[in-house]
Amino acid sequence: MSVMGLFFVFIATVAVMWLVRQGVLESPWLEEGEVAHYRRAGGAEPPTAGRVGLAVFLAVAGCLFSLLAAAFFMRGDAPDWQMPPIPGVLWVNTFLLAASSVALQVAVFAARRANAERVKTALLVGAVTAALFLIGQIWAWRELLELRFFASSNAANAFFYLLTGVHALHLIGGLVALARTTDKVRGAERITKALTTSVELCAIYWHFLQFVWLLMFAMLIGWADGFGAICRRLLS
Amino acid sequence: MTDASVPQNVAPPPAEVADVELYHAHSWITKYVFSQDAKVIAIQYAGTAITVGILALVLSWVIRLQLAFPGAIPFIDASVYYQSVTMHGMIMVVYMLTAIFLGGFGNYLIPLMVGARDMVFPYVNMLSFWVYLIATLVLVSSYFFPGGPTGAGWTLYPPQSILTGTPGHEYGIILMLVSLILFIVGFTMGGLNYVVTVLQARTRGMTLMRMPLTVWGIFAAAVMALLAFPGLFVACLMLLLDRTLGTSFFMPSLVELGERKDYVGGSPILFQHLFWFFGHPEVYIVALPAFGVVSDLISVHARKNIFGYRMMVWAIIAIGVLGMVVWGHHMYISGMDPWFGFFFAVTTLAIAVPTALKVYNWVLTLWHADIHFTTPMLFALGFLVTFVNGGITGLYLGNVIVDVPLSATLFVVAHFHMVMGIAPVLVIFGAIYHWYPKITGRMMDERLGKIHFWITFLGAYAIFFPMHYLGVLGMPRRFYEMGETAFVPASAATLNIVITVIALAVGFAQSIFFYNLFKSLKHGAPAGGNPWRAASLEWQTPETPPGHGNWGKQLPVVYRWPYAYSVPGAPEDYLPQNAPPVRGERSP
Repeated sequence: MSVMGLFFVFIATVAVMWLVRQGVLESPWLEEGEVAHYRRAGGAEPPTAGRVGLAVFLAVAGCLFSLLAAAFFMRGDAPDWQMPPIPGVLWVNTFLLAASSVALQVAVFAARRANAERVKTALLVGAVTAALFLIGQIWAWRELLELRFFASSNAANAFFYLLTGVHALHLIGGLVALARTTDKVRGAERITKALTTSVELCAIYWHFLQFVWLLMFAMLIGWADGFGAICRRLLS
Repeated sequence: MTDASVPQNVAPPPAEVADVELYHAHSWITKYVFSQDAKVIAIQYAGTAITVGILALVLSWVIRLQLAFPGAIPFIDASVYYQSVTMHGMIMVVYMLTAIFLGGFGNYLIPLMVGARDMVFPYVNMLSFWVYLIATLVLVSSYFFPGGPTGAGWTLYPPQSILTGTPGHEYGIILMLVSLILFIVGFTMGGLNYVVTVLQARTRGMTLMRMPLTVWGIFAAAVMALLAFPGLFVACLMLLLDRTLGTSFFMPSLVELGERKDYVGGSPILFQHLFWFFGHPEVYIVALPAFGVVSDLISVHARKNIFGYRMMVWAIIAIGVLGMVVWGHHMYISGMDPWFGFFFAVTTLAIAVPTALKVYNWVLTLWHADIHFTTPMLFALGFLVTFVNGGITGLYLGNVIVDVPLSATLFVVAHFHMVMGIAPVLVIFGAIYHWYPKITGRMMDERLGKIHFWITFLGAYAIFFPMHYLGVLGMPRRFYEMGETAFVPASAATLNIVITVIALAVGFAQSIFFYNLFKSLKHGAPAGGNPWRAASLEWQTPETPPGHGNWGKQLPVVYRWPYAYSVPGAPEDYLPQNAPPVRGERSP
């Protein structure tokens, strides 16, 4: 549950800072008039609805993954827990997802400079590497299943499939969004502001999934055991 | 008349709020069935929620009949009893209360109250409703599968929920889990909309601290729900895998009917943590919108500004934050480290502070006010009394040593029905009577409304108040039959019969409400745009009921907070939020 604790402290800090900036300390009954309290520094552009929507969604997805991690550590305390061997292909996958993330970031930079050709190439590279990552994940599953590490034989195996599965589902959802963006970019004559925004949103989502994957990978190969031990010491 | 305290370097908002590109429906189907208009979606959500709510009401009769006349009604056997308990609880908490407050009132009121044309993601909003509808249908369909719905209790605790002794272990439990997963997916789509609309689509001048408390309540509840529902999602997903693939997330090694199961080492306590991580915030997901709505009802019908608006907002936020860290108090009897018990007891009792603050503020709003005893006001007052009652028993149960002996008794049933059953339902009724004129353009019948209120309010008290007493006697909850039990006196059985008779009567009396609801559609007195002379933005729409896009050509501009009632020197006794300030005007 310490994972959840950390996550909540983060969310709460963001929320409180934002609320104070938005003026929850003011007295509305004393204030009249059209213009009230916009604390935004002059000139800065307000975030679009899509951006805020994505931020809120990432908070929800972050909560989901933190809960899965918390469950992983709590269940991992049981004596029957036996982590399966980690298929080597996961290292390749990690590299592929990182490449995908980088490609989308390149697309963002290109979009800001309105370089349509490079945006198209970068989006394509990003989509292909992400798809390869998914294929690699299936490969890893097959490898484990062939070695007879079934979900029903040990909870650690089950967690392996559950974590990678939920992560893959999020990536598939992201690929749908990416496909729509790519489609729009291909149909467009030049890179508009709206297109740049949607490329940016894809990139942010990809970085998030990359970040989640790194933490998840660390948990699966056992690098996070120390973290579990620290939590136990804190709580006992 | 700009506020002098605004720093000079702050850019004022643009004079014209950028218009959202509105989706325009072209056919009857896209206008009323697959609609992207938040107002239509709101009605769809509320209609579905009320329909399953009626099913839950009927199920509660089944429970009550068995408790009063054990064995007398042939079709109620132990399985039917437990299935009714489970479905009644799950439907009321998730499919009815959450859906109607956030999906129903949230969809209808947020865009209107913050001065938006629609939700920011209308298409996702439409999907949200349809996924919710499918979730509901999956849940109800479990009645038509062999074995019927699950009888695991609404908490679905493993290991019993997926073992063969529990009714509905074949299909019922699977359908329940699938339905919940769908519900959460659908809700997340809606929740994103509610939150982002409040953040992004407020009209010019509508600062956060000028939002009506209804919006604050729904907003905070939506944020809580977005963070809490993943807990249920994970719990359901893992339980589903335990049931279907034979994994051992929650299932310990056990022997069932002399046969050793394949499960090893799973942790039922882990499920309880995940479940209550959702389950407790759920109480506030229901309560916060109710708090918000009640604040507005009281202020409008008592013609007075809400007392301590700022404190009310802070209290909502404080309850939201504290509400996320108290889930352990549902697990006192599961056993836990005493320090955890201490932590959860302290946070639980600490919630009483912001909650009591809200109650004081409601009472102080009423103090020396010009109270109009309209039907919505009666329901708001009914809520106040019921909520205080249920809240105080909550203080008892928040203490570990008091909870342990009372936890498995009817005292707990009485407590949570008062605080999160009756209290929010009274608010829902009050809110429907209050906003019905805006939704339909006609008033509901006041006389019928008052009859409905008194029967419901007094009836609910007559049902749940005696249960406290039964609980203190030690009458256990969840039991199908009492059998020969020395510590329960014969008078308790009589009391149970009385409760059941009243429950049947109060249930049937709800037909008065539905008669009123449908009759007033055609025959209600025309309401005009603002029958309650309310100041908040939803009453200032150019059309009633509001048209597609809500605001005609121009979005409203907001000049003040929504509680400018009994303003000295104003032409009427209130100032709408969008009325330009008059020279020399002073706030109340």
